[in-house]
Amino acid sequence: MSSSLATVAYIGATILFILSLGGLANPETSRRGNLFGMAGMAIAVLATILGPRVTAAGIPWIVGALLLGGSVGLYAARKVQMTQMPELVALMHSLVGLAACLVGFASYIDTSIEFTGAEKSIHEMEIYIGILIGAVTFSGSVIAFGKLSGKIGGKPLLLPARHWLNLIGLLVVIWFGYALLQAPDINAGLMPLTVMTVVALLFGIHMVMAIGGADMPVVVSMLNSYSGWAAAATGFMLANDLLIVTGALVGSSGAILSYIMCRAMNRNFLSVIAGGFGTGEGAAPAAAGSQPAGEVTPVSAVDTAELLGSSKSVIIVPGYGMAVAQAQHTVYEITKFLREKGVNVRFGIHPVAGRMPGHMNVLLAEAKVPYDIVMEMDEINDDFPETDVAMVIGANDIVNPAAEDDPGSPIAGMPVLQVWKAKTSIVMKRSMASGYAGVDNPLFYKENNRMLFGDAKKMLDEVLGALKG
Amino acid sequence: MPLTIGVPREVFAGEKRVATVPDVVGKLIKLGFAVTVERGAGDAANFSDDAYRAAGAQIAGDATALWAASDLVFKVRAPVAEEVPLIRSGTTLVSFVWPAQNPDLMQQLAGRGLTVLAMDSVPRMSRAQKMDALSSMANIAGYRAVIEAAQHFGRFFTGQITAAGKVPPAKVFVIGAGVAGLAALGTAVSLGAIVRANDTRPEVADQVKSMGAEFVPVDYQEEGTGVGGYAKVMSEGFQKAQLATFAKQAKDVDIIITTALIPGRPAPKLITTEMVKSMRPGSVIVDLAAEQGGNCELTAPGEVVVRHGVTIIGYTDLPSRLAGQASTLYANNLLRLAEELCKTKDGAINVNFDDEVIRGATVIKEGTVTWPPPPPKLSAAPPQARPAAAPPPAAKKSGHGHGAGEPMSGKALATVFGAGAVLFLLVGAFAPASFLSHFTVFVLACFIGYMVIWNVTPALHTPLMSVTNAISSIIAVGALVQLAPPPGGAGADRPDGLILGLAVTALALTAVNMFGGFAVTRRMLAMFRK
Repeated sequence: MSSSLATVAYIGATILFILSLGGLANPETSRRGNLFGMAGMAIAVLATILGPRVTAAGIPWIVGALLLGGSVGLYAARKVQMTQMPELVALMHSLVGLAACLVGFASYIDTSIEFTGAEKSIHEMEIYIGILIGAVTFSGSVIAFGKLSGKIGGKPLLLPARHWLNLIGLLVVIWFGYALLQAPDINAGLMPLTVMTVVALLFGIHMVMAIGGADMPVVVSMLNSYSGWAAAATGFMLANDLLIVTGALVGSSGAILSYIMCRAMNRNFLSVIAGGFGTGEGAAPAAAGSQPAGEVTPVSAVDTAELLGSSKSVIIVPGYGMAVAQAQHTVYEITKFLREKGVNVRFGIHPVAGRMPGHMNVLLAEAKVPYDIVMEMDEINDDFPETDVAMVIGANDIVNPAAEDDPGSPIAGMPVLQVWKAKTSIVMKRSMASGYAGVDNPLFYKENNRMLFGDAKKMLDEVLGALKG
Repeated sequence: MPLTIGVPREVFAGEKRVATVPDVVGKLIKLGFAVTVERGAGDAANFSDDAYRAAGAQIAGDATALWAASDLVFKVRAPVAEEVPLIRSGTTLVSFVWPAQNPDLMQQLAGRGLTVLAMDSVPRMSRAQKMDALSSMANIAGYRAVIEAAQHFGRFFTGQITAAGKVPPAKVFVIGAGVAGLAALGTAVSLGAIVRANDTRPEVADQVKSMGAEFVPVDYQEEGTGVGGYAKVMSEGFQKAQLATFAKQAKDVDIIITTALIPGRPAPKLITTEMVKSMRPGSVIVDLAAEQGGNCELTAPGEVVVRHGVTIIGYTDLPSRLAGQASTLYANNLLRLAEELCKTKDGAINVNFDDEVIRGATVIKEGTVTWPPPPPKLSAAPPQARPAAAPPPAAKKSGHGHGAGEPMSGKALATVFGAGAVLFLLVGAFAPASFLSHFTVFVLACFIGYMVIWNVTPALHTPLMSVTNAISSIIAVGALVQLAPPPGGAGADRPDGLILGLAVTALALTAVNMFGGFAVTRRMLAMFRK
């Protein structure tokens, strides 16, 4: 295949990738979108293998590597549970990051293409940045994976003077970047490159360690963005437009997701990255803000079933607790039962519910909940006053009225689902412990709120039993 | 010193309601108030003095004693001429006032240095619904309108097939689907009639259908929602088309219930003499707008008349005809208002003008007329297509920020453009040409990504991440080109083995993503079903 043919194939692949992302605009076209993505990837890889830059000698290696990696990937894709999607995604980000590092190093020690003057500097800078992003993505994603899978505690780790540590890291990176440009030959250049990689790895670890569980949607989408920028940087160093375009697509996708997530929490992107939510500066206003007081009204599973059965419209608000308890199938059974009885059951999804963007939607889809009754926050928030029962399953901060009423609250201004406007709200919770943000929730003390204590799955099973019985 | 709430007997002719009921008295006392009720105040609504006494209220012997003892007076109707001189200066009065229709009364009340909260001026917003006495009274009026119609209508509402023959169901046409209209059509539906309804505000069509009635649209395009979710005056063309629709209905139906009111204006004439003539003899018209002149040309306010064989009911006191229920709901509305006025629960009130609801309801404060209030910030209706003022923040279209169509603020835009210009200048000044062509591609791709991703529905964000993940395994291409390049490069000392190792590892890693990412996305998307 000639060089021109390969280029044309790359353009085709690029278009397919864009169509693939465009297809996700709605569930109808999304399946086709995914096929476009696969086709684009196949074209890109085949065009490269058959193109002028790869000789026949490499074919066995290529086939071997693809078979090995591909089977691992397919196995993981088949086995993963939907509640574990955030972990899987984080793990995959780390692979992209690591691959970007390896390609960067390989490119640096590759002498088959000579650069001179400004081009040489630019090329080295591209390698340097590519490895930097790759390393941060890699170590950050590994830590994110650890946190999401529970192997590392969810609490933010806050080193003293952490901002200074980050700043020093940045200065070191800049200094060694300069050293790399001054290096007379490759061997001399490897030292700054390695030091920078270590610093970048540490930075990635530190950054994600400082971020707590509920900010995970932001982190996961941010790492998604980084993996894209890593691909784009690799494209620059190899002068490959396909990599640049694809990387930029993925990078901007992740960046937009991060932005949406931050806005859904009414938080600044930088303050999420800087970490330490609900501690330090946040604690003082929390104490000063009005503490809700009063009595909570517990309710039994049987009474819950009665409330649900006698209502006309129900909105279910799921949160991370539903994912932890694996309760989505029972939720669907209840939904199905109520809908057959003519109750209007809908779901209200907060953008940051769960541990990654869209997490709840995937879980509900897995449990076969039809997507046209799963609503976004903005679509459903006005409907609460006409709702008989709002059932909150394992969510806390996203239904906290303090975000609207109490300017002293650490989550003030965050858009929340107004479940308290429903005639009755039922909150399913294991105990009275406060949510991730460490803010007490005045919702629990409202007159029209009932608390159903216990494990979500177990309690919902009882509710379902009572409904059918 | 806790304030005393006084509840006088209503002296307006025919008024049977009372401003508080024994159940509510206890709750008012819990708020810290003392409550005094005039002797016989609740008699017409079947609440005895003993019941009030049992709930903890004092009974005042006559109106003079009551007004003298009260700091805060709860009433239903606006004070009549003989009541005004009884009111102590400095008293706070809560009742229906209708400030627009009663300018003289307003002057008199202001002259006595009162604070007056008008229940008819409580703003229409979600938070104030519990105090919205207009709605609770309209609800009763709507119900009662159907009962009155049934009283004067010579047939069943529901259709029946009996041994003695077939009875067709009554057909009811409700004009204006506000609170009263909806209550009327709900009642008529539950009596078994075939019910149709019309309203100038198209968004109520769903509410009408949800009550089990049929919505009859007027075949003319115009948006009829005014400020605060009330109706507004329509154009001439619309009115013509509307009358044509009504004329058609009049020939067909047995009962017409009209509830069309525009705030602060005489009721629109919707049922002409011609239409009344075209109705079957024995038909009934209930005109809920009688007090404002009536929707029917032949309505006699306050009376029942028979014209051209059609009974036209023009009662203006329908809520009062269900006095017990109306008093209970009104008393609860007042209780909610009292809670807002007395947040400290110590029997003292605070007419807080920072509170939008209190501000709207207060028409006179300490002798100064404060009506009309500034326009409310929130509307009960969805925002209009082309809002003149800033739309409420809740009206944002969807979960997307300043995505396609929603402009950034000028300042932010200028900053972004400024930063971009500086960046591009730097790149242009130092970078070689080969870099620039790639840079062009990069920047354009970022923009395409930006445009495409904003269209992704939030429900698919997880699949979006996994598919972008799979796509970012495009890095494999980078590994591939390093793996076994054609020989003959300039540098003979290329460490082939090492590079091969790095490249193969990278390729294997990305292959995990490539296959795993697409496969898991496919699995997820297959689950999204209607």
